Amino acid sequence: MAVLSDHGMKFFRSSTNQDAVPAAPQKLNRRSSGMGEISRLLNSQEALCVLDIGATSANNIRLLTGKGHKNYSEDLLRASLDPALRGKDENGNIVVDSKKFLDENLVYGNARFDVVLIWNLPDYMEESLVKPTIDRLWSVMKPGGFLLAFFHTRDAGPDSTCYRYHVTGSDMLDMQEVKFALPGRPASEKQSPRLQRVFNNRHIENLFRDFASIKFFLARDAIREVLVVR
Amino acid sequence: MNDAPQTGEFAHIGKSVVIKGELSGSEDLYVDGNVEGKIEMRSHSLTVGPNGNVKADVTAKSVVVQGKLDGSVNASDRVELRKSALVTGDVTTQRIAIEEGAFLKGKVDIQKEAGKAGSASS
Repeated sequence: MAVLSDHGMKFFRSSTNQDAVPAAPQKLNRRSSGMGEISRLLNSQEALCVLDIGATSANNIRLLTGKGHKNYSEDLLRASLDPALRGKDENGNIVVDSKKFLDENLVYGNARFDVVLIWNLPDYMEESLVKPTIDRLWSVMKPGGFLLAFFHTRDAGPDSTCYRYHVTGSDMLDMQEVKFALPGRPASEKQSPRLQRVFNNRHIENLFRDFASIKFFLARDAIREVLVVR
Repeated sequence: MNDAPQTGEFAHIGKSVVIKGELSGSEDLYVDGNVEGKIEMRSHSLTVGPNGNVKADVTAKSVVVQGKLDGSVNASDRVELRKSALVTGDVTTQRIAIEEGAFLKGKVDIQKEAGKAGSASS
């Protein structure tokens, strides 16, 4: 786990709620204003280059390639949990090697993206990887390209379910709980990643300060959608 | 589904076999061992079994992956990624099917044949 600093964020790591009963895997859906705007772009233009950094989704690949777009898949949350990224600093604190992470991920040669779907990644990823990841994404996006991200609000608890998102072609998203082996746990013991923090609006704006514009959409399910233009 | 070959129509690389170099052939190939280099099957299929570990750029008519494959995949017909598949590399094909649980890190480029559309399914 990374050495943490407080930038106006609320952390949940000290929570000891062990009573939560894991829900059976199921697909839910939600209406997404941000995805609605992305869908309009996908439906009106051809041969866009789309980067999906959620879990591999056959649904998303089918929909995007079916519309004639190029689809890149990269499960960054899973990649960020690689034990090989973890070491200790001089004080014995566990740190995550962001340089090694970026050497091994988000490397696309000459490819530049029109659309990047990062879903809820920043809320579940190690903090020390978040800003370097956003900076790298800026560098691989085309000017005018769109990035869609979801951020939990303060109403979300630390045990908020981590979902993966399946695009349906409109403003509706299918959601499915994410579960995989976490660092330090047996491979057979799959768990849903825990919410690492809640970003406030100012921190979100700082995170995307190099981008041209940022638009917030408030939803009723303790999620803020953020649509950013490179 | 078990894709292990049931007849002698497949060339079979067992799980204890390690091959480094270039593989090509005129019959379907099932790899359950380790292959590092390049695989060119052109008009035949390649299946990477659950124990297979392939580090190679692959060219074949169809490719089915149950194990691990690091390298680009160019399949003139179709690609299937089964639920245990771990694929790192770009995939170029006409059709792709991906089972729930499969892992893919790379680009998917559907090359449409005239009159046909690319598809991916769970």
